[in-house]
Amino acid sequence: MSSLFRCATKTVILIFLGGLMGATLVRFAPGYGVTEEELDSRLNGESLRALRASHEPPRDLMRFYLQFGGKLLHGDLGFSSAMREPVSQLIAERFPETMKSIGFSVALGWAAGLSLAILSVTARSATVDLGTSLVATIALCTPAAVLALLCVIAQAPGRLVIAAIIFPKVFQYARNLLLRSAALPHVLAASARGIRASRIFLWHILPVAAPQLLAVAGITVSMAFTAAIPVEALCDIPGIGQLAWKAALARDLELLVMLTMIVTTVTLLANSTAELLGKVVVAGKA
Amino acid sequence: MNRPYLPLLVPLFISMGTAWAGPSPDANELRFCIGAQPKTFNPLLVDDEASETVRYLTGGVLLRLDRNSQKLLPELAAAWTINHTGNAITFTLRENVHFSDGTPFSAEDVAYTMEQLMDPGLHSPTGDAFRSSPGKVITKIAGKYHVTVTFPAPIVGLDRLFDQVAIMSSKLPQKEMAVLGPYFLAENKAGAYLLLKRNPNYWKHDQAGRQLPYIDRVRLDIQQNRDIEALRLTRGEIDFINSLNAESFESLKARAPQTVFDAGVGLDSEQMWFNQVSSAPLPDYKKAWFASTNFRRAISASIHRDDLARVVFKGHAQPAVSFISPGNKFWFDQKLQPHAFDSKAAMRALSQDGFQLQNGMLQDRSGHPVEFSVITNAGNKDRERMATMIQQDLAAMGIRLNVVTLDFPSLIERITRTFNYEACLLGLVNDDLDPNTQMAVWLSSADNHQWNPNQKTPATPWEAEVDRLMREQAAMLDPKKRKHDVDRVQEIVWDQEPFIYLVNKNALSAVSANLHNIHPSVLRPQVYWNIDQLTLGKEVAANR
Amino acid sequence: MKRPRLLAIVFLGLVTLSSLLAGVLAPAPYAQQFRDVPDAASSRQHPLGTDDLGRDRLSRLLYGTRVSLLLAPAAALVTTILAAFIGGTAGYAGGWMEDLVMSGTDLFLSLPWLFLLITVRALLPLNVAPLTSVVITFALLGCLGWAGAARVVCADTHELCNSDFMLQARASGNAGIRLLVHHLLPNLKPVLFAQFWISIPVFILSETNLSILGLGVAEPLPSWGSLLRELESFSMLTAKPSQFAPLILLIATVSCFHLAMQREEA
Repeated sequence: MSSLFRCATKTVILIFLGGLMGATLVRFAPGYGVTEEELDSRLNGESLRALRASHEPPRDLMRFYLQFGGKLLHGDLGFSSAMREPVSQLIAERFPETMKSIGFSVALGWAAGLSLAILSVTARSATVDLGTSLVATIALCTPAAVLALLCVIAQAPGRLVIAAIIFPKVFQYARNLLLRSAALPHVLAASARGIRASRIFLWHILPVAAPQLLAVAGITVSMAFTAAIPVEALCDIPGIGQLAWKAALARDLELLVMLTMIVTTVTLLANSTAELLGKVVVAGKA
Repeated sequence: MNRPYLPLLVPLFISMGTAWAGPSPDANELRFCIGAQPKTFNPLLVDDEASETVRYLTGGVLLRLDRNSQKLLPELAAAWTINHTGNAITFTLRENVHFSDGTPFSAEDVAYTMEQLMDPGLHSPTGDAFRSSPGKVITKIAGKYHVTVTFPAPIVGLDRLFDQVAIMSSKLPQKEMAVLGPYFLAENKAGAYLLLKRNPNYWKHDQAGRQLPYIDRVRLDIQQNRDIEALRLTRGEIDFINSLNAESFESLKARAPQTVFDAGVGLDSEQMWFNQVSSAPLPDYKKAWFASTNFRRAISASIHRDDLARVVFKGHAQPAVSFISPGNKFWFDQKLQPHAFDSKAAMRALSQDGFQLQNGMLQDRSGHPVEFSVITNAGNKDRERMATMIQQDLAAMGIRLNVVTLDFPSLIERITRTFNYEACLLGLVNDDLDPNTQMAVWLSSADNHQWNPNQKTPATPWEAEVDRLMREQAAMLDPKKRKHDVDRVQEIVWDQEPFIYLVNKNALSAVSANLHNIHPSVLRPQVYWNIDQLTLGKEVAANR
Repeated sequence: MKRPRLLAIVFLGLVTLSSLLAGVLAPAPYAQQFRDVPDAASSRQHPLGTDDLGRDRLSRLLYGTRVSLLLAPAAALVTTILAAFIGGTAGYAGGWMEDLVMSGTDLFLSLPWLFLLITVRALLPLNVAPLTSVVITFALLGCLGWAGAARVVCADTHELCNSDFMLQARASGNAGIRLLVHHLLPNLKPVLFAQFWISIPVFILSETNLSILGLGVAEPLPSWGSLLRELESFSMLTAKPSQFAPLILLIATVSCFHLAMQREEA
């Protein structure tokens, strides 16, 4: 119970710390507090000054953050100056879309990456290894914008781009980890005893690499989030990635703080889950 | 042979089997893209392109500038007169017109709108165009359908400014919801799309008596990526692209020449300027360069404007002359020609200021090598290309130009707040034919006097002369007399080159074969300016 | 696998040599604009055609190889070393140290580093030399790209520390640095190589995205990333085959890196 409490406390502290650090980065980056409407030649001096005053950055960031924290505790997630809507509404509308994209792309990325890695390891063929590596390399080397355009041309969902970004990384880590496991003496012994290849793989190779693979699974979630930002912006998928991109361009502080906190939460949850599962696997082996 | 990986491929195929085409377009729904979510639906506060699109489609105006003929036509005002002093306008309104919610339209709504528009606390960009001098604006209702608006001082082109004023309801609490335009906003999915439906009470009818608009719905998809927008047009997912870049124009032209339109030279210009702010954090010797007319003329004469138009804009642009485009036939000074490339003239101008070439590198009289940076906004490929071409042109003169692309907020901060830049390459978006709307650029005391804003007194005699001429033309009503002053301003600007004008771009658009009765114009909105008369598919429009 | 590995090494050598001899092999200076023939197809004067400003594509590819081939692997090495050091130390130490470091890593993964990059650009002078700008760009990428890999290294280290061979090594009297360098590090190679191999193309592509922040390779200096930008537009539909040369070269080079780095199969 106490370890659960410690874990929860640590998570909450990290989420707020993430928000504070994100707010600091945004606040002190150049371009904060300016808007392109200032270049409108129709505005007279007074209107321009009023426009600038309305975008005046908060002088005391700590005070802003404490006020923001206070509002957050009351369920008020703030107001987005870029989208002119409450942040809670924007996130409620867009979060499911992004979660669907991330769920889909992580699943597909893993299915493709792990399948090819297993094929590469189990086939024991230089040609197969070369072929699978080539497929992964092509996906890794093609710019996301090109992949997005190809998806649009093929009328395929833009989520495939995120999957294409994830899969070569999963492939490479998985391949190397499984190869290392396959080279261990106990695998050789099992093979010498005539145990079936599939059984060796499932019972002797995979479990050894499982904790590390689970760690990779954890980071692919945050990789997917990071990839979602430009991909959703490129493919115009109305998720929080697209929202983050627009908020970044508009220096929308309240929205960016909230988004940072969401990303921190998801990253923490994914990695903690991966860690926990890893410990379970290790305990199971013991 | 065992294949332990096969089960893992199952989710792969299931995922790929997911249907992925978007909903097919409705037969009577017009679809096109806007680049961003509108920032406001209050027609009086419109200041960005997306909001302007919504205002144009939903707002009813008293007078409408016909984008094709460039003539002012009656809309909600059946007739109008301007008094001889040019400070008052009287409207006779159309009768039996109703807002989209059914409430009747009358002079009260006009009075309410003007009162809101001219409220100094609102800081409306549209309202600022009416503010020629301080003082109260008085609106007098002389009957249900007669209203006079009196301003404290004469306003040039007064009637034309009402093209931007969407009349709001004085009765409805949510003022933006009741509209007089052809469409009203039915659905808004922030960041994704807006759906507009036909106004059931729209007052216009065609010659056959059929109520306009012909198209029932307009869907505005929010699409920032212009390449995907072009792709969607080729697939028939959208019906037109209002403003196209030259590269996409040529690609679309190669696939379907009948879908693209070049309406001719537009009002927009691309220009470069040097930072002449005395307090800028630049070395003194660089400030001296930028303040020198000879230096600016030399840089200008070193640029191959023809190449910029031909290579960057694929021939869909022409070398620019001044702040008024040749597309603005009345106001453009026909006597002026674009600055031609002339490297000898450039070197002569430079040597007058003591510059000389040393080992292929240009140096000033103190021995400083001539090197400076130009900032432009990242993501705009045309500007990035222009900057790279100018870099090569100046390299031939022994000048090193560093091209720095910045995200737009960082760029704006540098040119309006910190003045931490040397040269800037940007474009001017010009929606209005009348040069009076550029007062905030040409007055030396103005904030948008880009190269040296907010001057307490004009820094140079020629800026003082420009101030005088712009103020003088703003107080005149006779267009011919105003033109004389505006021509003189153009000549001064052409000579002194505070802005080095590069090109005027053509107005390019692309339209699906499914859309009819289109007449692309150089004025915005290029394609859908006659939205209420456009038809889709087999629908035929009766002539007005 | 010996022959393919040898071929890969030879190919990498050829590519490196070509880039070093770009001054000799290039048909034209990389910045020269042949404005009469923009977007030209392959010809004798321009074997890979010209880009949108009429610059010889082959010349830009050769010179761009210097930037990308030198700096991207260097940045990848920095990232890998940082991941190894941070993740390895955390996994080796275990306990609260591991918790603390991994929490910091998670935080690092979540922050909007875009704004740090914008701030860095603001701090740099506008007239920074193109080469300096490139070096700073790749250094930043190297310093920011370690977090994900550190997590995997940490998990791997944790596992390895509990393995039999490590137990035996400790029992034999090995400790501290000797244990880390001679026993742990060689077994971390698969993860570290994976990170290194992934980072190279990721950094090459990221460099071009940084140009929106004013970082990245400044004109007219070419890089593979900037050459690949040609494909990122609607006109890709009517792209000439020569426009895909940078993409093909990148794929080929990264594949060869992969082959060259592989161990012999057990």
